[in-house]
Amino acid sequence: MNHIKAIILKELRNYFNSPLAYIFISIYLVILGWLFFSNFFLMGQASMRSYFNYLPWVFLFLIPAITMRLWAEEKKLNTTEILYTWPIQDFEIILGKFFASLLFLTIALICSLSIPISISFLGSLDWGVVIASYLGALCLGAAFLAIGLFVSSLTDNQIIAFIVSIALAFIFFIIGENLVTYFLPSFLINLFQYLGLGYHFNSISKGVLDSRDIIYYLSIIGFFLYLNIRQIESRKWK
Amino acid sequence: MINIANLTKNFDSFKALDDISFEVKEGEIVGLLGPNGAGKTTTLRILTGYFNPTLGNVKYDDLDIIEESIKIKQKIGYLPENNPLYEEMKVKEYLTYAAKMHDIAKPDIKSAVDKAIQTCGLAEKQNQEISKLSKGFKQRVGLAQALIHNPEFLILDEPTEGLDPNQRIEIRDLIKNIGQQKTVILSSHVLSEVEATCDRVLIINQGKIVASGTPAELKQQTTSLTKIFITVEGPQEQIVEALKKVEGVERVVNAKKEDNLTHIELETDSTLDLRKKLVHFIINNGWELYEISRQEKSLEDIFVKLTKTV
Repeated sequence: MNHIKAIILKELRNYFNSPLAYIFISIYLVILGWLFFSNFFLMGQASMRSYFNYLPWVFLFLIPAITMRLWAEEKKLNTTEILYTWPIQDFEIILGKFFASLLFLTIALICSLSIPISISFLGSLDWGVVIASYLGALCLGAAFLAIGLFVSSLTDNQIIAFIVSIALAFIFFIIGENLVTYFLPSFLINLFQYLGLGYHFNSISKGVLDSRDIIYYLSIIGFFLYLNIRQIESRKWK
Repeated sequence: MINIANLTKNFDSFKALDDISFEVKEGEIVGLLGPNGAGKTTTLRILTGYFNPTLGNVKYDDLDIIEESIKIKQKIGYLPENNPLYEEMKVKEYLTYAAKMHDIAKPDIKSAVDKAIQTCGLAEKQNQEISKLSKGFKQRVGLAQALIHNPEFLILDEPTEGLDPNQRIEIRDLIKNIGQQKTVILSSHVLSEVEATCDRVLIINQGKIVASGTPAELKQQTTSLTKIFITVEGPQEQIVEALKKVEGVERVVNAKKEDNLTHIELETDSTLDLRKKLVHFIINNGWELYEISRQEKSLEDIFVKLTKTV
């Protein structure tokens, strides 16, 4: 546990000691905020519904930007040779990196709380739905992070990690959307919907915390973290 | 004590290590010598648990490197080739991180870091960002990281690579100092360095150990080791042909003509001192002898002989 904590601290320090963190958070807040507020006053409703409609698409691009360096940089600099010969377990490194990026994402989400707070002065905001939506955003973000972290471990090139992460996250997201399910035979629709990252996000955003959705996200995160561990371990036998 | 038995490592179809076996006793400083691509780094990477061998095993005091990998890693300090570092961190910050990763108890971390900084002469650079240090100081940081937990075993891959002569001497002395209390394995292709620091040398070529022993033993091991230099005045081809036939002369390495003098380099049987014989031989043939000297074959010659691709 101490190892994981030390890694989290180091990675977070790394984020905030470089412009990366501030650029990311700024872009996230500005883009999503602008998209949301473009229509907000027209709609005239004290709701963050459209904010969370846009959120997955913004995450799709920004989260791979956080994860692309997590493994790729270490491999490029060969600091992996240090990590793998220190008395630490592979899974500790992976969990450390994952939780560090998750904490960073949480900080970004907290920064966006200024939006619901200001809206609540304009009208009666359903805080239950908002909180559930934020939770859904965290779950979705964590899933994207796990995917991005895994992809980063496959290459030493950050650009490739970035692009492939987007592609993979996009595929997992889109398979549950109407765009895809429209073309499927009816017996497959439920399966694909269940596998889709977006489908579960929509449920949570409505304010319904269904255990199925939580289990789904935990499974996806667990799956990609597991793949990550296997990928790292495979170096020993190459 | 480290026991390395029948180590073989294949990378796809390339055989990097071919049945390597050797022992390292407690307190020894052992040098792995070999040309680039010989398998030195591969050997060290297996010894540090970075990856596993295809065949064979490595045991530290009877603990297997694969089965008890964490336990063994706690006892090893490793400085990899090219000294990878987290350049965005400050020296002290990085060493503190290393200390935590080696399970040094919180109250002891500060003193462990300070000690490593002292030992490696990093006191005045301790708050600087690693990226801003010179290569020599970066090497010291890498060394400090390897020492932070006071390990029993030190494994150093080309520790003086890319350093200028002054820095080399500094690191070498540092290693010799530290090595007094520890078991050290280092790799290098700088022969003079290995000669100066190591108790024992292993020469590796193309994945096999081709020679092993103390530097003194190795020098004696290979036959026909003595070089004799002659400067003579006379017909070059005739002299060279005649010298080849002298008993004890293994071969004429080269013959150069400068003005009217010929400089000849001979390799001779090291069990005999042929100088007297050669002097008489030359004079009896009516040639003028200007200079004759003998040179003991160095580790470099053994190295070249054993590792040159035929």
